[in-house]
Amino acid sequence: MKSRLAVAAALALTLTACAPSTSSPSSTPSDGGARTGTLKVWLFDEPNRAPKEKVIAEAVTEFTAAHPGTTVDIAYIAVDTRSARFKGAFNDPASAPDVVEYGNTDLPEYAAAGGLADIGSTVTGWSEGADLSADAKSSATYEGKLLGVPWYVGVRALYYRTDIFQELGLKAPTSIAELTSSARTVRQKKPDMFGVAVGGKYTYAAMPFVWDAGGDITAINSAQARAGLKSYTDLIAPDNCPPQNCADLTGGKTVDLFASGKAAMGILGNFNRAAVDAGAAKGKYAVVPLPGSKPGSVAPAFAGGNNLGIMKNSQRPALAADFLTLLAGKKYQTKMYDAMGNLPTLKSASDEVVAKDAFLKPFADTIAAGTKFVPLDPGWGKIDASAVLPTMIEKVATGKASVEQATDEAAQQIDAALTK
Amino acid sequence: MTTVVSEDAIRASTAAPPRRRRGLAPVWLLLPAAVVLGALFIYPMYQLGLLSVLDFRQAQVSGGQPTHFVGAGNYAQLFTDPQFWSVLIATVIFAAGCVLATLAVGAALAVLLTRISRLPRLLLSLAAMAAWAVPAVSGSTVWMFLFDTDLGFVNQALGLGGFNWMYGRYTAFALVGAVVVWASFPFVMVTLYAGIEAIPGSVLEAAALDGASTWRTFWQIIVPMLRPVLAIVVIQSIIWDFKIFTQIYVMTRGGGLAGQNLTLNVWAYQQAFAASEYGLGSAIGVVMMLILLLVTLLYLRTLRRTGEPL
Repeated sequence: MKSRLAVAAALALTLTACAPSTSSPSSTPSDGGARTGTLKVWLFDEPNRAPKEKVIAEAVTEFTAAHPGTTVDIAYIAVDTRSARFKGAFNDPASAPDVVEYGNTDLPEYAAAGGLADIGSTVTGWSEGADLSADAKSSATYEGKLLGVPWYVGVRALYYRTDIFQELGLKAPTSIAELTSSARTVRQKKPDMFGVAVGGKYTYAAMPFVWDAGGDITAINSAQARAGLKSYTDLIAPDNCPPQNCADLTGGKTVDLFASGKAAMGILGNFNRAAVDAGAAKGKYAVVPLPGSKPGSVAPAFAGGNNLGIMKNSQRPALAADFLTLLAGKKYQTKMYDAMGNLPTLKSASDEVVAKDAFLKPFADTIAAGTKFVPLDPGWGKIDASAVLPTMIEKVATGKASVEQATDEAAQQIDAALTK
Repeated sequence: MTTVVSEDAIRASTAAPPRRRRGLAPVWLLLPAAVVLGALFIYPMYQLGLLSVLDFRQAQVSGGQPTHFVGAGNYAQLFTDPQFWSVLIATVIFAAGCVLATLAVGAALAVLLTRISRLPRLLLSLAAMAAWAVPAVSGSTVWMFLFDTDLGFVNQALGLGGFNWMYGRYTAFALVGAVVVWASFPFVMVTLYAGIEAIPGSVLEAAALDGASTWRTFWQIIVPMLRPVLAIVVIQSIIWDFKIFTQIYVMTRGGGLAGQNLTLNVWAYQQAFAASEYGLGSAIGVVMMLILLLVTLLYLRTLRRTGEPL
């Protein structure tokens, strides 16, 4: 009898725990929450964090001086595991931070999960808010709600080796055709080098070619997108960067190739400058915007970057907004540029740093020519995680499928992910 | 009639108390194990099954959107995906190859261990243990260095500079398979060695006196006597190799060129867990569990049919 009771009790226990766990988001205090206490902030950890940490420490000192009775608890989270950390924070409001830095491509997923607060009114009421460009603002807007302030952006442009170009009598390319022919010349004259380092897994180098041709991720099997893709995959060929070596390269690997002097050109970001300066290419390179197919045009770059946002579960949203606007303001954007080389998003701050550093001009020109973004849809996470675009590029580059087959297949997977 | 009844009654009255005590004792003795198994296996398996019939993504976990029942929707999505079938076939062939190679290498070295003197035996055991003890991620990375396209030791030694092992589908699978076998043969070797050592010397001596060759002794004396041990080793290997993840994920950078080296587990991770589609991921998990269960049962059944009960 006793054992039966025990079994019944155990069963009852299991039954109550039957439903899959779903957290119920707590409601945000409508009055802005407590104005004192500890504000929890999550920022991305970076390979060389010390200068970032110094700038943040300054901001914290300024903030706590202006807000008596507050402390700021900064945690640096690893970029690789950020997804798991954010999911954890959404699922467990008690341990969630107030202010977060997040990658702008992660926005739709976090937004669909209902994890980020609408900060539209905060930005409207912020004196520097009007200084944000429309491109930047739209990259942080999901379904009409502004869910973050772009903190910095990064864009890619064409790095090229001035010494090799001079030796071979080449000029900085002004069109994709020129880029391709220069790359082939380099490979022909210097067989142990690649003309331009490109990779099958380097989506953000391939997409500018597609965008420039008038294609887009959401219609990857259009005639324009196919033409753009072909001009990229044509570069993954023995006369520039053989598939055996380049078909499975990631963006990071192409940085290594250019920095170590194995490639005469590379499609690298403003954020890769330190890596290049640490290699053999130091002092022997220049940067121009990645050209489009029309001579003199600029191929639209992908505007990657990080936003600052406020968690919906935050118990101190007013305090969080004050800290966010301080960090995102011109003063600290400029300081962050000095420390980390991150391109500011506020027009005033960006003008100031470009005036100071000529290196940034091609990147600023690229931004001014117009940038593009991945589809703002939670399905993008799935497209990214299941490597739809790299698989497409690799299939074409290795000859496993024609451009038509590969793009049709990718388009089908993209549609399936976006309509779910 | 009456005597029979009374006899029954007597037997019942005298035998009942001890039988009852014996009846309850196993229950209490099994209870701790049952509680542990229930908590660690039954409940997660129940959750897995439940999730596999729900539309359950990140938005549902965080409570942003309501969870709803989709019935066999996740399974239908899985079975109508042509990539699932091609990945499943690749996984089965790859796992079968790895199991056979592991068993062959493990068994051959186990027999070798019984025939060599102490020092070489010690060295061989140590080498095997070292391979076994290396964490899968580190092991895979070291092999990657060895087979690196430009700087790898193997390419330099063979004069194959610039040959990319990961470029072709079969060379990539073969290389990953070699790493899998390298990491899993020690278990087979040690288990079979222990089994062979337990075979009475008189049996082997009798076979030798009858003039049986080594080859014949192995197949007709050792293998039948090792049947129970072999069963465990084979089932373990099948389960391990079918669920292979780390080596593929590390060495082929998440499934190889254009996904040519995807196995079921890596594919499930990519399609479902990295993309936060927990419902679909659970459905893949359930399918994998059923396949493994079926293979194991079939294997045990054929063993039982061909020999003595295990």
